[in-house]
Amino acid sequence: MTPLTSCRMKHLTDTSHGVRNKCLQLLGNLGSLEKSGTKDTEGLATRDVQKIIGDYFSDQDPRVRTAAIKAMLQLHERGLKLQQTIYNQACKLLSDDYEQVRSAAVQLIWVVSQLYPESIVPIPSSNEEIRLVDDAFGKICHMVSDGSWVVRVQAAKLLGSMEQVSSHFLEQTLDKKLMSDLRRKRTAHERAKELYSSGEFSSGRKWGDDAPKEEIDTGAVNLIESGACGAFVHGLEDEMYEVRIAAVEALCMLAQSSPSFAEKCLDFLVDMFNDEIEEVRLQSIHTMRKISNNITLREDQLDTVLAVLEDSSRDIREALHELLCCTNVSTKEGIHLALVELLKNLTKYPTDRDSIWKCLKFLGSRHPTLVLPLVPELLSTHPFFDTAEPDMDDPAYIAVLVLIFNAAKTCPTMPALFSDHTFRHYAYLRDSLSHLVPALRLPGRKLVSSAVSPNIMPHEDPSQQFLQQSLERVYSLQHLDPQGTQELLEFTIRDLQRLGELQSELAGVADFSATYLQCQLLLIKALQEKLWNVAAPLYLKQSDLASAAAKQIMEETYKMEFMYSGVENKQVVIIHHMRLQAKALQLIVTARTTRGVDPLFGMCEKFLQEVDFFQRCFIADLPHLQDSFVDKLLDLMPRLMTSKPAEVVKILQTMLRQSTFLHLPLPEQIHKASATIIEPAGESDNPLRFTSGLVVALDVDATLEHVQDPQSTVKIQVLYPDGQAQMIHPKPADFRNPGPGRHRLITQVYLSHTAWTEPCQVEVRLLLAYNSNARIPKSPWIEGGEVSPQVETSIEGTIPFSKPVKVYIMPKPARR
Amino acid sequence: MPEIRVTPLGAGQDVGRSCILVSIAGKNVMLDCGMHMGFNDDRRFPDFSYITQNGRLTDFLDCVIISHFHLDHCGALPYFSEMVGYDGPIYMTPPTQAICPILLEDYRKIAVDKKGEANFFTSQMIKDCMKKVVAVHLHQTVQVDDELEIKAYYAGHVLGAAMFQIKVGSESVVYTGDYNMTPDRHLGAAWIDRCRPNLLITESTYATTIRDSKRCRERDFLKKVHETVERGGKVLIPVFALGRAQELCILLETFWERMNLKAPIYFSTGLTEKANHYYKLFITWTNQKIRKTFVQRNMFEFKHIKAFDRAFADNPGPMVVFATPGMLHAGQSLQIFRKWAGNEKNMVIMPGYCVQGTVGHKILSGQRKLEMEGRQVLEVKMQVEYMSFSAHADAKGIMQLIGQAEPEHVLLVHGEAKKMEFLKQKIEQEFRVNCYMPANGETVTLPTSPSIPVGISLGLLKREMAQGLLPDAKKPRLLQGTLIMKDSNFRLVSSEQALKELGLAEHQLRFTCRVHLHDARKEQETVMRVYSHLKSILKDHCVQHLPDGSVTVESILIQAAAHSEDPGTKVLLVSWTYQDEELGSYLTSLLKKGLPQAPS
Repeated sequence: MTPLTSCRMKHLTDTSHGVRNKCLQLLGNLGSLEKSGTKDTEGLATRDVQKIIGDYFSDQDPRVRTAAIKAMLQLHERGLKLQQTIYNQACKLLSDDYEQVRSAAVQLIWVVSQLYPESIVPIPSSNEEIRLVDDAFGKICHMVSDGSWVVRVQAAKLLGSMEQVSSHFLEQTLDKKLMSDLRRKRTAHERAKELYSSGEFSSGRKWGDDAPKEEIDTGAVNLIESGACGAFVHGLEDEMYEVRIAAVEALCMLAQSSPSFAEKCLDFLVDMFNDEIEEVRLQSIHTMRKISNNITLREDQLDTVLAVLEDSSRDIREALHELLCCTNVSTKEGIHLALVELLKNLTKYPTDRDSIWKCLKFLGSRHPTLVLPLVPELLSTHPFFDTAEPDMDDPAYIAVLVLIFNAAKTCPTMPALFSDHTFRHYAYLRDSLSHLVPALRLPGRKLVSSAVSPNIMPHEDPSQQFLQQSLERVYSLQHLDPQGTQELLEFTIRDLQRLGELQSELAGVADFSATYLQCQLLLIKALQEKLWNVAAPLYLKQSDLASAAAKQIMEETYKMEFMYSGVENKQVVIIHHMRLQAKALQLIVTARTTRGVDPLFGMCEKFLQEVDFFQRCFIADLPHLQDSFVDKLLDLMPRLMTSKPAEVVKILQTMLRQSTFLHLPLPEQIHKASATIIEPAGESDNPLRFTSGLVVALDVDATLEHVQDPQSTVKIQVLYPDGQAQMIHPKPADFRNPGPGRHRLITQVYLSHTAWTEPCQVEVRLLLAYNSNARIPKSPWIEGGEVSPQVETSIEGTIPFSKPVKVYIMPKPARR
Repeated sequence: MPEIRVTPLGAGQDVGRSCILVSIAGKNVMLDCGMHMGFNDDRRFPDFSYITQNGRLTDFLDCVIISHFHLDHCGALPYFSEMVGYDGPIYMTPPTQAICPILLEDYRKIAVDKKGEANFFTSQMIKDCMKKVVAVHLHQTVQVDDELEIKAYYAGHVLGAAMFQIKVGSESVVYTGDYNMTPDRHLGAAWIDRCRPNLLITESTYATTIRDSKRCRERDFLKKVHETVERGGKVLIPVFALGRAQELCILLETFWERMNLKAPIYFSTGLTEKANHYYKLFITWTNQKIRKTFVQRNMFEFKHIKAFDRAFADNPGPMVVFATPGMLHAGQSLQIFRKWAGNEKNMVIMPGYCVQGTVGHKILSGQRKLEMEGRQVLEVKMQVEYMSFSAHADAKGIMQLIGQAEPEHVLLVHGEAKKMEFLKQKIEQEFRVNCYMPANGETVTLPTSPSIPVGISLGLLKREMAQGLLPDAKKPRLLQGTLIMKDSNFRLVSSEQALKELGLAEHQLRFTCRVHLHDARKEQETVMRVYSHLKSILKDHCVQHLPDGSVTVESILIQAAAHSEDPGTKVLLVSWTYQDEELGSYLTSLLKKGLPQAPS
């Protein structure tokens, strides 16, 4: 270390900037806080690394200055605590001529401010003192109006993470101290608020209240506040959308940590909904959703927000629906306005139907008291006259009903306002759209479904208990007679599947266990086939069942391994173990049914390799597998290696029968990946006509749940009636991520075929691709050199995980 | 003493008729050549007789620079070049070059055809004048002659508006023209690098205003228009044909599209169509959004905005009309205003600044009864709204630009005196630079200390570098060489090379100095004391005691002798060459202070 350091010292004074640059990089990567060797002859060694790097902050070459700051940041990243003295040096660099220096300096200041937030620094040219984090905040805010947009982006981004800053500094960022001809003017936001609170908002006549108010002291006006004044006002109206997005993100982060700031920045965020660039609009809508717990929208703000519903971009509209789901509205006019706008949206873009219904569901359940006075108007009921019954299939009418029913859930007086047909419609919708319409207590009717009613909702504990108990029962009954075991397994599987349907939060665990038990059941059944007792050549047919079972177990194990998120290593071992058993079964069946030894040689060898591989991969877990198939297998391994195939098969057969049933430990959090294709709906009777040989684009819209890394795993499969299958890889940009664990795939699939005489249906479904290599934990000695076992076990495949949808198409012969 | 002289012929403590003369290092440059909106007599053009009483101006001006195409910056150009006479180069950016003649022609038409003025410039003169124009692209450095160079920076404000840096040697002036520091719907923000000019001449239209966020302004504007239209009223928006007009068109166009409104929007003059064409072409001069999306759709292809016909003004029902000129001082906007002023349902929105004396200024300051030509009195019942949409930098923006450029001096033009005063005070207070605000015809003289570049021979530089470590910014270093001034350039070479080049023999120059010391001891002892004293002080230098009884410090020789008259005083003879002057004089002063008392 010491010779290295001294060597670096020598080169630090090199005349070439490149050499100095690299030296500083090295220092950043290697330097440590300890004084490097006091006996160093250079005489420089007594200074510590930070001092040395700090000296290069004033180097003549900007590239070296940047490198020095970067080296300092590197030190910080490596966990060395930077000294506070660096702060002043870094502040000087903020006015450097070169943008890369300023950009790096902003970062450095941010780092120091996070390290010493509470230190006190003096304000130059006055004897006041402020906290370091506030001072740094002010300085970074100032950089939001820097000449270079790179620096502006950097500064705006960093602002977001300075949560320790004092609230009055924070609020200054939204205040630009308006002045008109030396008189203070209130901002338009302030005026809007006042007009609103004084009830004059609707008159709209007093808009032009621009008139300047009090005369301000010319001496007191400071045009470039060194403080944080108006940083966000500048950032949000910056020329480059990169800066604007960064500013919106920063606003979001700060608002999440400070409710009062959230309230204040609302106006600005709402204004951003009208930005000219779509990404910025989208970002600000998302931001608003994130902070919506802290805020209530005023009517004028709601107005602006709702205007965006007419946007032609689907992403924007859906983001806005999501926003409305969790927005608090203050007045009943607001609710009415929102409903009207949403309905307008529905007529303009009918594809938004589901999103709008969902939005209204939440809007209703959040604001029952505000919806109540609107009910007669919305249902257009009349005190004396019966009105015409609305069309039940009208999406707009359904939308209104969704709003009302969800509000009625917590508002028992509401059903009294319903007319007869409303009740009928309720019953219909409750069945057809049960995820949108809650169960209601209706006067004179019994509860529709007591089991799902929220009051009688079973607690989580009993069902959890039930699950545990039934699993334990299975595991404890290992040595019962085969008949009893089979029955018990069958019942438990049925129970678990039903439980999964009822209890969505336990669905993952229940399905996972059920699948495992299913595998076990298949194995037991296969082993009880008569086939084993009879001479081999006679029972070719019987073996079908056993080999089918083996195949199914393999499939199920792949599903277990790759379709569930949250599967841990201990489960993976068990799954692989099960698969190994299935392979053994396959081997035995093949041995029984084929004549000749030659093919068996290869299979045996392969099987033994796999056992070997299993042992290597899961060597750490082997102690848990006492008494199991593999445990016994490994004991006999030396013997197996040398035996003939026929003998191997015999040994395997006895071992399979003797092996015990492994207990599958339940993972903490497990979710089954699932997908629903929303579009195409598969209901259409009109075939999609196109000229054969050309392509037709089919819009596909699907929601994916609990899929990890969908960009690389989710594929679309199209099955043509002639058995031809086509696999489509959607573009990464087609996936959107509306929430944790959820994804949305909106893409286009190109279909093409030769001419048909009749229209016919093609099947579209989603597949989950897997690659067994990805999951297997790599032990260090596998990586080194030995490639062959890895190549063999890397199995790629796909699992269908959505219901197939049928699309009616008709390729016409081309006209000549 | 080198100096920069600045004389505004227009726009000094005033808005309109921008025309500023700058003399820098013997070069004369005229910045802008505009007309004044408030006057219809000779005062509308700058007084070019200030430059010369008779004869052509070509001899007195090296070049003319036009910052952008607004008439108050280019309106007097044909008059100046054709009627007064100027044949030198006129510099402007390509969009300005394209749009400027359209506006000049329009201006000429109004003056000659409508008002019937004689002795005005003709269409041919505009054409001839435009032939003298040289286009300058952004960030392009143009050499006007061997010494004078100019460079254009983006200024926002209107399409093609630019700030210009004028540079002679190391002296430079930046003229901002009109600029905008906040981006808008179709233009970006002004930007300049840290060029540290000697003088920054900046506009100061909004010297005392800090504007609200532009998003509020836009929303307010749209709301006002929307409400009036829904009420069935007519909205008149007087604009300059180009600039804000396009901005507001984009704004209304997108709003109409979004809200699906049906009320017609008209644009008053044919010239806009011509100019719009250029807006579509010069996409690189617009903002990020338009630059990025023009492939799909050019934002300047309006769907809802149609050409206006005079007959439409009497149509019933709501409408929005953009009409020129922007200050309601003449033309179509004034005609429409007179027609609509009587109805309180209607509204006029003034989107920009109004010069004193125009109808716009009068109604904005609250006048409800206007005296028109022919002693008519017009009662204004319609709503009058003001909304600052003009794309000038506000006070904060001006300060921001000064901060970006870091000039040594600032000079304010294009603003009202009272407001300038305030801004001047602020600038001086915050940047600690001198700030000036000359009136028209008043000259400001700034002394400059231009740095003179001297070339150094590589051999000399390398020799110096070899001697010590890196140059340290904080410590001055002494370097010896010979300065040769030849053919108006300067070179620094080593003395040997200089002797060789000039063919001179070398002369040694030696200084000797006698220092009297009171010391009764023997000479040898004195010398020893001097030696040990110097040794203790001059640690960095080589101090030697020679066997012949003298002391040397580097190449400086010190000898001691007894005083001929007073044996108690010793005379130290110090001798050094010219090259060691610094050390030598230091040594003498050290010895003159005397020796420290011996410890014994």
